[in-house]
Amino acid sequence: MQKLLLAVGFMLLVPGLIFAAGAQEAEPEYPVEIEMWIGLGGELGERIEDMAGDFNAMQDEFVVSIVEVGDYEEAMTSAITAFRAGNQPHIIQVYEVGTGTFMGNPEVIYPVYQLMEDMGRPFDTDDYLEQVTGYYSDLEGNMISFPFNSSTPIFYYNAEAFEEAGLDPNDPPQTWPEVEEYARVLMDTGNYSAGFTFQWPSWTQIETFSAWHDVPLGTQANGMLGWDAELVFNDDVRIRHIQTLADWAQEGLFEYGGRRGDAGPLFTSGDVPMYIASSAAYAGVAATAGFDFKASFLPYWPDVDGAPQNSIIGGGSLWVMDGHTDAEYDGVSAFFEYLSSAEVQAEWHQFSGYLPITYDAWELSREQGFYDRVPIHNTAIEQITLNPPTDNSRGLRFGMFPQVRNVILDGMEAAFAGDMSAEDALNQAVERGNALLREFERTVAR
Amino acid sequence: MVRGKHVVYKNKVLPYFLVAPEMILVLIFFIWPAAQALLQSLYREDAFGITRTFVGLDNFRRALTEPLYVRSIGTTLAFALTVAVSTMAIALFLSTLANNIGKKALAYQTVIISPYAVAPLVAGVLWFFLFSPAVGYISYNLRFFGVRWNHTIVPGQAFFLVVLAASWQRIAYNFLFYLGGMHQIPDSFIESAAIDGATPIKRFWKIVFPLLSPTTFFLLIMNFIYTFFETFPVIHQLTRGGPSNATSTMVYRIYRDGFIGLDFGGSAAQSVILMAFVITFVALQFRLVERKVYY
Repeated sequence: MQKLLLAVGFMLLVPGLIFAAGAQEAEPEYPVEIEMWIGLGGELGERIEDMAGDFNAMQDEFVVSIVEVGDYEEAMTSAITAFRAGNQPHIIQVYEVGTGTFMGNPEVIYPVYQLMEDMGRPFDTDDYLEQVTGYYSDLEGNMISFPFNSSTPIFYYNAEAFEEAGLDPNDPPQTWPEVEEYARVLMDTGNYSAGFTFQWPSWTQIETFSAWHDVPLGTQANGMLGWDAELVFNDDVRIRHIQTLADWAQEGLFEYGGRRGDAGPLFTSGDVPMYIASSAAYAGVAATAGFDFKASFLPYWPDVDGAPQNSIIGGGSLWVMDGHTDAEYDGVSAFFEYLSSAEVQAEWHQFSGYLPITYDAWELSREQGFYDRVPIHNTAIEQITLNPPTDNSRGLRFGMFPQVRNVILDGMEAAFAGDMSAEDALNQAVERGNALLREFERTVAR
Repeated sequence: MVRGKHVVYKNKVLPYFLVAPEMILVLIFFIWPAAQALLQSLYREDAFGITRTFVGLDNFRRALTEPLYVRSIGTTLAFALTVAVSTMAIALFLSTLANNIGKKALAYQTVIISPYAVAPLVAGVLWFFLFSPAVGYISYNLRFFGVRWNHTIVPGQAFFLVVLAASWQRIAYNFLFYLGGMHQIPDSFIESAAIDGATPIKRFWKIVFPLLSPTTFFLLIMNFIYTFFETFPVIHQLTRGGPSNATSTMVYRIYRDGFIGLDFGGSAAQSVILMAFVITFVALQFRLVERKVYY
């Protein structure tokens, strides 16, 4: 019995000893360590690590370490769970649909403009592309998060397929009726399984589509003016578009490729000759497509007033989380200053295919002849800057938007599968989406 | 020490010590999280846990009045039933064959059991690549049979694919138990039936199958619990609950609302509903099905 008690006592003691040893090692050290969690992997993730490495090498006060925590969804969830447990990172990369969740909970973040001001770092909002910063700014135009990797959907097409079908590869379709016309010509060759496809369906066909046609996704300037915004994307413009896509899907002119980036191989394998995808998908398409391809502006419906307006962005921005020391925040602001320099921005833009965030980086890339080499990226920038943004095309700010997006996708899929008319599908999506917005409104009511 | 059938310790403290590790594990890994979920299901909370409002049963009302949630209960049942019945039927068939070719059938058994060694997420990736509408080997070849395979859009295909992937792994587990069960049936039963002139099929249905009924009952419950809780990776990898919620089971909804939607109260309420659902279900099975089991 005594032996047993001794054994139990010992077992309890061992973790205690280990814990004590661990606690001793956790002394504050120099240089100050900054942790940044990202939701990008692969080559892009490595490139971000290199950027942090360069920053660490050029000064010895701060060390930025990059942690890859899965995809965007997982990164955001991890950061939130970490915050609840009190070990949040200093910087977290959040995808654009998570913006509302963070903005609605101002206690958890350190607004970027405030941070730069408090730490005395130069920071001028006017240096940044208006179409990019609008998505991440408050009503006074103060940037709350730091735009980092933004992209916009563009229209890719297989130039060789166009030529074989007798279409001019330098004259891509500009409107949806022309897309249909081209798709029919291409399908008549018998070489393709469908005429066109797209990735991230809600982002490309509802969210960006609405901005591009200058129609609101929701009230209150797409949620920017208040959490009481209501979704309103069930009007004739959107219903006609989704119904037409659904009809084309039944006919085989359009092939649905899934909720995320899964449609890519349909285009790169040469199976489907037209493809709407993120401008940042360029590198991947270029690496895998065994044919010559080009890109142009998104198609629009010519009978909609105000189209084409300007497209909106997707991608991620960097949020600074609350609950750290001033020394650490000093490091964060130094890192942001480094990230926004024209050279670093231009290099990141040219490597990744994300949009340049600052006018200087855009200018520098132009001087370096980047757009002569890869005209697609100029297409993307021209498209987001086509017109000064309106309330319908500045960006989106809805709470629980990851879920709302799933609701929209549910509706689109039901329409494409022919289970529901586009009208019913969108009405239902609006109704379910609004229920989520009301739930979010209640959670942020302080 | 022994009084009647019960073992009695003289020391009053020792027995508690001996069951303590088990009890601590149950407390930490079952009772405590379950209590947390129960508590959380009564609150509305923002994603970061800053505000917390008591809302009573509102989270339950929200879930149960939402048509899509109710639909996910139906999906879960259909999924569980299809997976359970098909895996048990196939596993029973395979184990009968394996049992009949004698004890040299090790290679054969190994092949059938091997899928069980594949991690569910990896299995999901495998099936994803075979059936991907963009690059899939099977989906490509199906075209020549006039089938347009695109499970990202056709609900029936998505459901079939998820059932296929979930069953494929589960057959191995069922096979092991059935084969073990068959080994325990004395040869003399079968031989005497054969002498009496019973055909192999009759011998199977009159002797083997009834004697396997405890195994069948056990597997039925285990398969249901498996489809309720453990098929998450397969669904996540293959369909993410789509298209338009055709493969969104209750456990997938909990993940989607809790971890993507960050609606912790609603998600907790759903997990309480699932827990109640499974407890009722298993209790019903014990009451209704176990009567037909011969031990």
